Amino acid sequence: MSRILIIAEHDGATLNISTSKCVTCAQAIGGDIDILVMGQGIDAVAAEAAALDSVSRVLAVNAEHLAAPLAVNLAAEVVGLSADYTHLVGPSTTFGRDLMPRVAALCGVNQISDIMEVSSAESFKRPVYAGNAIVQAEPANGTKVVATVRTASWKAAGSGGSASIEQRGASGSAAAHTRYVGLSSEGGERPDLQSAPKVVSGGRALASEENFELIYKLADKLGAGVGASRAAVDAGYCPNDMQVGQTGKIISPDLYIAFGISGAIQHVTGIKDAGTIVAVNKDPEAPIFEIADIGLVGDLFNVIPEIESQLG
Amino acid sequence: MKILVGIKRVVDYNVRIRVLPDGSGVDTDGVKMSVNPFDEIALEEALRIKEAGNAEEVIVISVGGDECQQQLRTGLAMGADRAIQVQTSEPLQPLSVARAFLKIVEREDPGLVILGKQAIDDDNSQTAQMLAALWDRPQATFASKLELNGSSASVTREVDAGLETIEVDLPAVISVDLRMNEPRFVKLPDIMKAKRKPLEVISLDDLDVTVDGQLGISQFTPPPQREKGIMVDDASQLLQELKNRGLL
Repeated sequence: MSRILIIAEHDGATLNISTSKCVTCAQAIGGDIDILVMGQGIDAVAAEAAALDSVSRVLAVNAEHLAAPLAVNLAAEVVGLSADYTHLVGPSTTFGRDLMPRVAALCGVNQISDIMEVSSAESFKRPVYAGNAIVQAEPANGTKVVATVRTASWKAAGSGGSASIEQRGASGSAAAHTRYVGLSSEGGERPDLQSAPKVVSGGRALASEENFELIYKLADKLGAGVGASRAAVDAGYCPNDMQVGQTGKIISPDLYIAFGISGAIQHVTGIKDAGTIVAVNKDPEAPIFEIADIGLVGDLFNVIPEIESQLG
Repeated sequence: MKILVGIKRVVDYNVRIRVLPDGSGVDTDGVKMSVNPFDEIALEEALRIKEAGNAEEVIVISVGGDECQQQLRTGLAMGADRAIQVQTSEPLQPLSVARAFLKIVEREDPGLVILGKQAIDDDNSQTAQMLAALWDRPQATFASKLELNGSSASVTREVDAGLETIEVDLPAVISVDLRMNEPRFVKLPDIMKAKRKPLEVISLDDLDVTVDGQLGISQFTPPPQREKGIMVDDASQLLQELKNRGLL
């Protein structure tokens, strides 16, 4: 039977939703599911993890040098626990994508990146070529599975569980060669882009940072998260953490509304799993209309105010 | 200080990917091949460090068949000083590539290894982290800014929550994100000059690299397509449609 260890992502105060999506993927793999929470002052996070459905145990490793999410320090702890597990699983967020390959290399295996579907405990579907092809990936015979979970492909697990929480001491110590300095975040009060049920997104057609305010205003009215195309981020209209696409965030909101986004394949790969895609673009030939559920050919500078006034 | 930069030959990012009918892979017959875009950014960063007087030599390295010499020549034309091809006909996965890089690292003793954050073909995003692990050195992934301060570097990383800054001692492995820089265009005279720059070929066997633990990759299929939806004429129709679907 599989023994699965999920590496929890959190910010020190709350568990990231990507962790509960990993749990759903682990349920599909089947077997015993443990969650590893590493950090400092993580009792609340560990309690949140313990409440996720079908989790057996939460291992809480509390140490000063694990307070910042440095892959080098976290990987040492994961590898220290790895002997007890057949599967080591993390989210395919920047946290997991930074950490898990380091773990995989120390375990001597290749990583299975971005699991979107589980065929069996040792066979998985994952996207390649920006989602333009899907492949079946299987670990080499008898080797451990180290994997990241494509969070947009999985629903969050319920939280009616009551796993035990075990406190563990850190097995490693701080790597002297890597030091955490800090995080600057422009996120603000808006719903988190990766978990928001509604997302309003802007592209190059916004034409300036000032005009991007239109997107923020509409998003706030709808209670939506805010996304952007690479072009808009590159042009400096909005911060990098809003980028949606192959090299940004892959999201799956119930509703995605794209204003002035042409729909380059690299962007579309980030929204393919959205429930309903709405596209507003001046150019009737824009490729985004090929995948939009509802399309409107029009100038966003007219359409957005109209939507706002009708929303009241 | 030397800087080692990894170069991967990939299907050009503008090519529309077609999955082969037998599911064995994607069509690369007659398809334009290029340097992985993230690797170009990695090389550009290395060249700027050298031009600022903080490095003496930039070496580009690729693991693959002789066809990848074309991409190494592109790297030399951009301004790299010399190139190394680790020759193998087998398509290698990140762990084996990282092991091969480590052998070259041990020989060349670079102060920095700069790699792209992912290749746009297999989208694995593993090699930099794996090399750092095997080398037991710092990793700074998804970097958008790199500042050298003597024997250490301050790196800004593009993470989901914003911009994270870490400080790493050299030698270190950096993986670069899109916004680190804009790679230069190659000029014709530089292409001519690149032909005379050294390109060393080492076979994977001679490097004594263990190739094991390769994942089984099979059954390439096209992704499920989204159906083309409906068009509406104005904002009020749009809102009505969203209400009908219970989305507002």
